[in-house]
Parts: sequence; structure tokens; C-alpha cells
Amino acid sequence: MSAEITDPELLQAGLNVAAEPREVREHAESDVLGFWVFLMSDAVIFALLFSIYGTMGNATAGGPVPQHEFKFHSAFWETALLLTSSFSYGMVSLSLKHTRHRIWPALWLGVTFCLGAGFLIMEVRDFLTLFHDGATPERSGYFSSFFVLVGTHGCHVFSGLIWIVLMGIQIAMFGLDQRTRLNLIRLGLFWHFLDIIWVVIFSVVYLGALIK
Amino acid sequence: MPEVSARVWNKRRLRRWLAFGAPLASAASLFGCSTLSRGFLAPAGPIAAAERHELFVVSAIMLLVIGPVFLLTPLIAWRYRLSNTKSTYRPQWGFSWILEGLIWIPPTIIVIVLAVFLWENSEQLDPYRPLSSPFQPLQIQAVSLDWKWLFIYPDQHIAIVDQLILPVGRPVHFSLTSGTVMQSLLLPRLAGQIFTMAGMTTQLNIAVSAPGTYWGENAQFNGTGFQKQKFRIIGVSPEDFRQWVTTLQKKPNLLDNKAYQILSRQSLLPHPIIFGNVQPNLFSEIVNQAITPGYVLQHEGTSSHE
Amino acid sequence: MNNAMGFWHILFGRLTWESLPFVKAWLDPTVSEIIAAGAGGIVVLGAIATFGLITLFGKWRYIWTEWMTSLDHKKIGIMYMILAVIMLSRALIEAVLMRVQQAVAINNPGLLSPDHFGQLFTTHGTIMIFFVGMPLLTGLINFAMPLQIGARDVAFPYMNSISLWMTVGGGILLMASLVFGEFSTGGWSGYPPYTELAFNGGVGPDYWIWAVTLSSLGAMMTGINFAVTVYKLRSPGMRWMRLPLFTWTAFCTAILMIFAVPPLTIATLLLAADRYLGMHFFTNALGGNMMNFVNLFWLFGHPEVYILILPAFGIFSEVVSTFSAKVLYGYTSLVIATMAIALLSFTVWLHHFFTMGQSAPVNAVFGIATMAIGIPTGVKIYNWIWTMFRGEVRFTTPMLFSLAFMVTFVIGGMSGIILATPPVDFMVHNTLFLVAHFHNMLIPGMLYGMIAGYYYWFPKAFGFRLSETWGRIAFVCWVVGFYLAFTPLYVLGLAGAPRRTQEFFDPSFRPWLIIALLGALLIAAGLAALFIQLWVSIKQRDTTRVPVGDPWDARGLEWSIPAPPPDYNFAVLPQVGRRDAFYWRKQNNGAYKPADHYRDIEVPKNSMCGVLVGLAAAACFFGLVWHIWWLAFCGSALTIGTIITRSFMRDVVRTIPAAEVEALDRRWLETAAAALPVPRQLELTPENEGLARCQPK
Repeated sequence: MSAEITDPELLQAGLNVAAEPREVREHAESDVLGFWVFLMSDAVIFALLFSIYGTMGNATAGGPVPQHEFKFHSAFWETALLLTSSFSYGMVSLSLKHTRHRIWPALWLGVTFCLGAGFLIMEVRDFLTLFHDGATPERSGYFSSFFVLVGTHGCHVFSGLIWIVLMGIQIAMFGLDQRTRLNLIRLGLFWHFLDIIWVVIFSVVYLGALIK
Repeated sequence: MPEVSARVWNKRRLRRWLAFGAPLASAASLFGCSTLSRGFLAPAGPIAAAERHELFVVSAIMLLVIGPVFLLTPLIAWRYRLSNTKSTYRPQWGFSWILEGLIWIPPTIIVIVLAVFLWENSEQLDPYRPLSSPFQPLQIQAVSLDWKWLFIYPDQHIAIVDQLILPVGRPVHFSLTSGTVMQSLLLPRLAGQIFTMAGMTTQLNIAVSAPGTYWGENAQFNGTGFQKQKFRIIGVSPEDFRQWVTTLQKKPNLLDNKAYQILSRQSLLPHPIIFGNVQPNLFSEIVNQAITPGYVLQHEGTSSHE
Repeated sequence: MNNAMGFWHILFGRLTWESLPFVKAWLDPTVSEIIAAGAGGIVVLGAIATFGLITLFGKWRYIWTEWMTSLDHKKIGIMYMILAVIMLSRALIEAVLMRVQQAVAINNPGLLSPDHFGQLFTTHGTIMIFFVGMPLLTGLINFAMPLQIGARDVAFPYMNSISLWMTVGGGILLMASLVFGEFSTGGWSGYPPYTELAFNGGVGPDYWIWAVTLSSLGAMMTGINFAVTVYKLRSPGMRWMRLPLFTWTAFCTAILMIFAVPPLTIATLLLAADRYLGMHFFTNALGGNMMNFVNLFWLFGHPEVYILILPAFGIFSEVVSTFSAKVLYGYTSLVIATMAIALLSFTVWLHHFFTMGQSAPVNAVFGIATMAIGIPTGVKIYNWIWTMFRGEVRFTTPMLFSLAFMVTFVIGGMSGIILATPPVDFMVHNTLFLVAHFHNMLIPGMLYGMIAGYYYWFPKAFGFRLSETWGRIAFVCWVVGFYLAFTPLYVLGLAGAPRRTQEFFDPSFRPWLIIALLGALLIAAGLAALFIQLWVSIKQRDTTRVPVGDPWDARGLEWSIPAPPPDYNFAVLPQVGRRDAFYWRKQNNGAYKPADHYRDIEVPKNSMCGVLVGLAAAACFFGLVWHIWWLAFCGSALTIGTIITRSFMRDVVRTIPAAEVEALDRRWLETAAAALPVPRQLELTPENEGLARCQPK
């Protein structure tokens, strides 16, 4: 295994397509670019949800207020889980690049799944406590925007988990063929993107409420 | 010979056209005038007059841009038509710095001129800006309902539904809110519109410069009674206004929460409805949504009947 | 009894017999209800007739394998156009109905009830923007852009098919609203709180929400697809500054779609959250804020205007240059202007609500930004004028539409600048002046462009030309009709006549409204003329065939291949050396030459997944509209299931062997060699077989 990476290889890091014919390389590049573009429009969606959350900051309508309702401890652990899952996905990408055997990416994919699922379970538990305390989305504009913002991220994580499972099956069925690799790369982009969004949610929503 | 007869025929035809056309044309222009005299091209207040002035100036400036397009498009297209063998043909010619300058610079200058003009006039004609006048402005609180306007005169303790009585020459300051969906108050000969929204207030400053009857309306669609949501504005002299107020104050009806709840149902009522007395702070209660609006009760009422 | 009701509710949700317009018309036989029932009847009969005819002629297999499941960008483009034309016919009939109502209803209720009228202006606007404008431009870009850049297909053919069928699904929802229940009355912009549960509890706003959501999802994917295609799939040597102008505008439009459509999706979905989950984003009470919706909507809505208009600008650039037989004047200027418009379009959304009570400086800044867009737009107009300068202009149908556009569009530009001036906007906002303005931008700007593009590329798509006579008749109807229909609205708007009103109270409005009605009828005649044109052209297609593929002596790569083009577009990917690549190849005797050697070509296999995804999503949303939860669940499960299943399919490409490519190419080259080159004077005669005589220069 060589440690040196050439320029075209760097361009398609993780794809291992440098040796393939030009059409295959270009195809792979445009596939990945397409996913980047999708993430950009998804980022626009989150940006808008954040700005709506921002305008709804005081719209608690006499109901529960975030600084009393939020469970900061569990938000902290959720953050830790998701950040670690990003690391483990990084290991998926590395093993994709540097090993030929399918077991390593599959293994790290499993670790990522567990961490992501842990995050989601904790988040759902938090939501249930909020519901129990009467801080429901129907209660006020503030909680509508909170649940939609954080919930949209949660839905993304959920679909990411489904995607991980599907990729696991595909690795088992097809091995690490061109399309599986491409999809793993795209899943990676998606997963790291969700991590970044969560960091912003944690800072804006949870730390923001703590400052109040 | 045939040419001559054709010309004669043409003349006759022209005359016939004139005979029919002239009255038609004058009828059209008559209609045009009577139509346009309903809007701000026939202003009855300083704000509408200033807005009309602004329209004229902007249009005149814009003619500088669109005039050449009107002339050049047909001229050039016709001159360089395929069948015209005399015109030059330079298929590779596609750039000239001089033309580039002519294309980019004048429009930019025009936009800069327009921008300066716009900046000043937006300040001047800001609906929130009080009019300069020796008189204290008359305060009116306007509430848009489905499908009617409620005007409260807080200092006079009266309220009228779907009619406005305004003193000529004295500035009027509106505070507006909505008791229902978003609406828009438009007074075509007096001042441009401003939106009303539940839970929020907007403002509008106007003045009437001549006595007369004008009309106002909601311009933002709000359901099946929208087209009927119009009202009369009666401009009267200050003395007459005082008289009006004293007469209206004698009316027995009180506008309180209960009356408001009936008014704020979705309905078309015969208007104007006059309230000789108004519960204090009603407007701020409406803004703060302290009163359950009638449409909500109406909604609950119908569903419980079912 | 109660049990039966419960069962009914589980099975059909809110749907009852009274939801059907026929039953409503039976119970309450007013003119308005009878018209509604008639419209529903047309939809039902139209559907039955279509299905019946296809079955009768045994064409199901052909339609399914050659069209519906096709991933070929050209066919997908054509299907977009067909969708647009069907929807355009409906929305135009609605426009005529509204004009009739307003011309009649002066101090009397007229023919249509206020509620029916409200549905008409809402569906008219929603359809024209999302199901006519968007599909037209998406269709034309789909067809022409990959050909212009020398690509074999778009970057994601399968996603392209999903986009198409989602848009079709949205169209089906709109059509379904004619038969089941009613549509929203909240206008195409659907402002809450009017569209909230408290004021509109029925299915109308739900139809609006889900139809628009479907179309917006389709548009977002289309945007990604087009942007990546232009970015990555240009043929060798096709540098950015060599792209045809239409491709440039397609690229800008794609970028606008990617960034501008998400706000719309968010706006409709949050409104859905309010309506379905009892949330408080835009409600009157409990902290809702309707201004958020208005901002979101126009954050989409303004760039949307340029999504619609930029491709038309691209078409005008192609048409004016081709029919002036000259290079485009100021190519660089035009590219810069296009980019400037795309960028600026994000900075002006607030001018849609100057009247909402912002401070004067905020209004002024947005007003000035709006005027600034006028600069690049004006530049474009002058660029086209100077393109004709020292050219040889042929007044064919697309050129006539382009000329009418230039003159008419600047009138709209003038009223646009008037509206961009906040103090004047206060007076004419929400009036017929505004209606006249945006129709003035969209009919001459967008629709004339699309008609011109349709006429221009039709021979490329189908191999024969359209009838010029009927094209000219259509042209006269569209242009005269436009002026008659909308000049009166300017006047009425200045007089303070509000938009969306079912009844007027001023008799002096009547002559204007009657003129406007005549105009609307003339426009409808214009559409009819286009249908007749298509019919006549198909009838006489043997005299207008252009197999060689270059009927207009045009300039871009799309004209360098046969008409209709083969599945793989280019036998060999073209090498591009400069702008107007094909023109130069013709000039230097480089056109119609066989390749050195041919290679196998991979094209995407047909797939039914796109059809399934789109229709299942539409079924899901129909279930959501009527609270038929099992249908909503099954629809979404089928949508997601199909996408997942497809990701497991590995056998998705079809290889066309080199020998077949070569045989086809050589046969076409023989046709070209046998064809008689025609000079530009004879391009409308049967002599034109699609081979242009080269003009030495």
C-alpha cells in the first residue's frame, strides 16, 4: 500500500478510480458533484429553518420556555455520539481507500449505525419528556419551530441510518463495486453534513437557550 | 384609372371610418377619463398627488430607455431584412466598445438617477411619516374584519363600520390591525395601501384636500365577501366634522367586546353601522388578541350544531 | 349506521358524494356549479377518451416502452412539453372564464360564485407558473441543452425521469381537484393565515400545498441535474465562454432552481405542519408569524420569475442570431448580464410586499436593487437589436415572436420600474395594474420565447417543420390578443380596481373589461392556432421533412446531427474549437464527415421506477389531501420502496455496438450527400431537406 497520493487520485479520494477509463472517472466525478449540489440545497433548507427558529425565539405564547425545558446533559451526550459517529464514518472512508477487503468498511459502518441509532434514541426520549411537560409543537410558535428544526435533522439521521443498513446489504451482495463505493462516498458526505448541522443546532438551539 | 378609384374608395372608406370611429374614440376617452378619475390620477389629497407626481416622473424617465427600443427594433429589423440586397451584411461583426458603452452606461445612469429620486421620495412618502401641518392629526384606529372595515375614532369615542368621515385639511393618522386574515387598506384617491395583520399594527398618514365622497377598499383577497368590502369616505369641512361627531356620539350603540365579537364574524352587513360609544382600549385588546374573534366562535358554533 | 360511516371514513377519508361537482350541481343547479360540473366532466371524459383511444389503437406497449419509461432526455423533454400544453389549455380556458365573469358582473353577481371565482384565479396562477411555465422551460432545456453542449444525456437520466413524473403527479392532483372536492381560493401565493385551518378548513389549500410541493421537489432535482450536466458533461473543447447562450441561461436557471426552490418547499411544508399537526408557524394565535411565510414565498417567488424568463432569453438569443444569419452581438455582455440577473434576483424579494410596513430605507434599498436588475435586462434587449444590425433578417415565426417580445417586454419593464418605486407601488399593488405587469413579463417574455423555441427546435425533434402559415396566424392572435387583454388592466389598475375580485361596482369599467375579454378570446384563438398548426404540420409532414437536420442554417452543435437525433445523440462526441462550433464546421467544409472510428456507446436502459415514484407520490399526496391515511401510507411506502429497489439494480445500461452506430451514421451521411443545399430564401419551401447552403464570407 503506497502512502503517496497523486493529483487525480486526490481529486477522487476514496473512489479508487484513477486507473479506470476516462468516462468512468468523469461519471464518478459528476455523481459526487451532484450529491454536493444536493447538499447545498439541503443546507439552504436548514438555513431557512434556522432563520425561522430565530424569528420565533420569543413566540412562546405564555407557554413553556426553552431554558426550563431543555435537557442539556442529554444534548451534550447526543453531540458526543454524533461526533464519534462522524469519526467512525471517517474510518469507513479510510478503509475503503486503503483495504481491499469488504469486512473493514462493513465493520465501521456497523459502528456508525450504532452510534447514530444511540443519538436518535436519546433524541426521541428528549422529545417525549418535552411532550410530557406540555412543551408540544401545538403549544406555541416557538416549539413548532424547535420541533421542526431539530426534527428535520432527526429525520435526516433516520434516513441516514436506513441508508447505512442498505449499504451494508449492498456490500454483502455486490462487494465493493463501483456503485457501492460511490454510494458509500455519498453517504459519507451526507453523514458529515448532518454532523455539521447538529453542531449548529447544538450551538444555536441548546447553548442559545442556556445563555438566556 | 384603377389606382385613382382605389384612392377614392380609400377616401370614402376613411370618411366612413371617421364617421363611426370618432364618436367611438371619444366615447372611449370619456370612459377612460371617468375610469381614471376614480384612482390616484385624480388625487384628492397631498399623498395621492405626490404619488401621482412620482408616477409621472418615473414614466418620463423610463421613456428614455424604451423609446429607442420602440424605434430601433422595427427599423433595424426591416432595414436588414434578407430581401434588402442594398444593406450591408457583416456576419462576423459582433462587438464594438462604443456600442458596449452606449448599452451599459446610459441605463446605469438612468437607474442611478431613479435611485436617488426613489431614495428621497421613499422617505418623503413613507406611510409612517407624520404629515407636516399646524393641526394635530386626527387619530383613527382601523380594524380589518371579514368582510368589513371597523374605524374607531378613539378621541371622539365613536366607531363606524364601513364608512369614514374625515375633516378636510387636517392630517389623519391611522393605526391599523386585523381582526382576521391579512388585508390591505387602499384609498385610491387619497393614499396608497398598507397591510393589516393580526397581532401587529401598521400605520398610515393621509390628508384630504377637498370635500367630497371617495371610496376605499380592501385590496388583499380574503374570501367570498372580498369584492364587497368597500366603503365610502366622506370629506367634510372641520366645522361639519365637529357636527358629525356630536350627532354620531348621540347614537346609543356601544362597541364593546360583545359587539366586536358579533362584528368580527364572517359576514356582509348593511352599512354604515355607527357606534356612539366605544369601550376604551378596545383596539389594543384586539391587537393583543385578548378578545376571541367572532370567526372562531362562529366556526365552533357551526361545528357544534352539526 | 355509525359503523358504516366509520368504515367509509377509513376507506375514503373526508371524501363524500357531495365532494363530486356533479352531485353538487344536481343538488344546487346554479350556473357556477354547472360550469364546475362541466369542467369535472371534461376531465373524466378526457381521461376515458385518452385511455380508450390508446387501447383501441393498441398503443399501450408503444407508449409505455418508448415514452413513459424512457430515460432519454429528448423524450423526457417532449413529455414535459405535452404536460405543459395540456395544463396550458386548462388554465387559458380558466382565464377566459374569469374575463367573462368580470365583463358580465358589474353590479350583479354574474355567472360564477365568489368561491368558484377564487378557485379559478388560484388554479390559473398555480398551473401557469408550476405546470405550464416550469414544464415548458424544463422540457426545452431537457431537449436542447445536452445537444448544445455535445452530451449524450443529462448527468442523472433516472432522476430526470423522477422529476418529470413528480411534476406529472402534481398536474394529476390539480386535475383531480376538478373532480374530487375543490381547490384553494388563496391565490397562487397561498398567503396564510387565510389558507390556515381557521379560515379554510376544506381540502382546497391542501390540494395547493401538495401539488406545489410535488412540483417543487421535481424542480429541485431538475436544477441539480441541469447544473451538473452543464458543469461536467460538456464535450471536449466546449469551454465556458464557448457555450451557446441558451445553455448559459439553462445553467443560471438550474442554479436558481437549486437555491430558490427550497424556500418554497419549506413554505408549503410548514403550512402543512400548521394544517395537519396543529403547529403555529403562520397562524394568528400562539406566536405564529405570517410574515415568515411571505418572506419564504417570495424568497422563492422572485428568483422563480427569472427561472422562468432566463431560458426564454436564451431562446431569443439563439433565434435572433440564427434568423439574422449573424453572430450574436456582445456575447460576453450577454453572459455577464445573465449572471448578473441570476445573482440580483436573490436580492429583491421584498419588493413583493412594500406595503407590509417596513421602514422607508428598507423599502428603498429593495426598490433600488430591483431597478438595478433593469440594467442587465435592458442590455440584453439592445444586444439582440445589435445582433440584427448588419445581418440578413428572415421574418419567420420564431423571429416574429422575438421581435414582438422585444417591443412588448420593455413596456412591462417600464411598469416594473413603476412598481419598484415604493410610493407608486402603494397605489397599484394588489390592483389589476400588477396583474397586467406580470402578465406583460410572462406572456411576451416567457411564453413567446417558449413558442419560438418550440417552433425552432421542433424540426430537430421530429424531423419535419411546422406550418409557417399557421405559425403566423398564431403570432397575430397572441400579440394582438395580448395588447387587447392587458392594456385595459393597466388602466383599471391605475383606477384602483383590485385584483381577484369577482364583481365590480363601477359601470365605467365595463368597456375596458369587454376589450380585455376580447383579448383573452384572441389569445385562446392563438393557442387553438398552435394546435391547428401541429395538426396541419403532421398532415403535410412529407413535404417538410428535414432529415439532414439543419433547416435554419443554424450555428450550434444540436444542428450537426440528424433530425430526429439517434438515442445517443452524437455518433462521436464532437470536438469544439470555437463558439458557434457547427457554423464554423460548415464554413470550413468540416461538416457531414464520417468519424475515424466509432466506438460502443452506453445509454441508460428504460426504467419504470420514475413513473412509479412520481405516481406513487401523487397517490400519497392525494391521500393526505383527503385524510385517506392508508393511501398516504401505501403511496409513500411505494415511493421509497421503488427508490431503494432501484439502488439494488446493477443492470441499468444498454450498449449500442460500434457497428450499429457506424451504419446509422453512414446512412445519414449519405442522405446529407444526396440532399440539395438550400439558400436561406428557400428555407420555408419543400426543397429544404435540412441542408443549408453555405454562404461564403
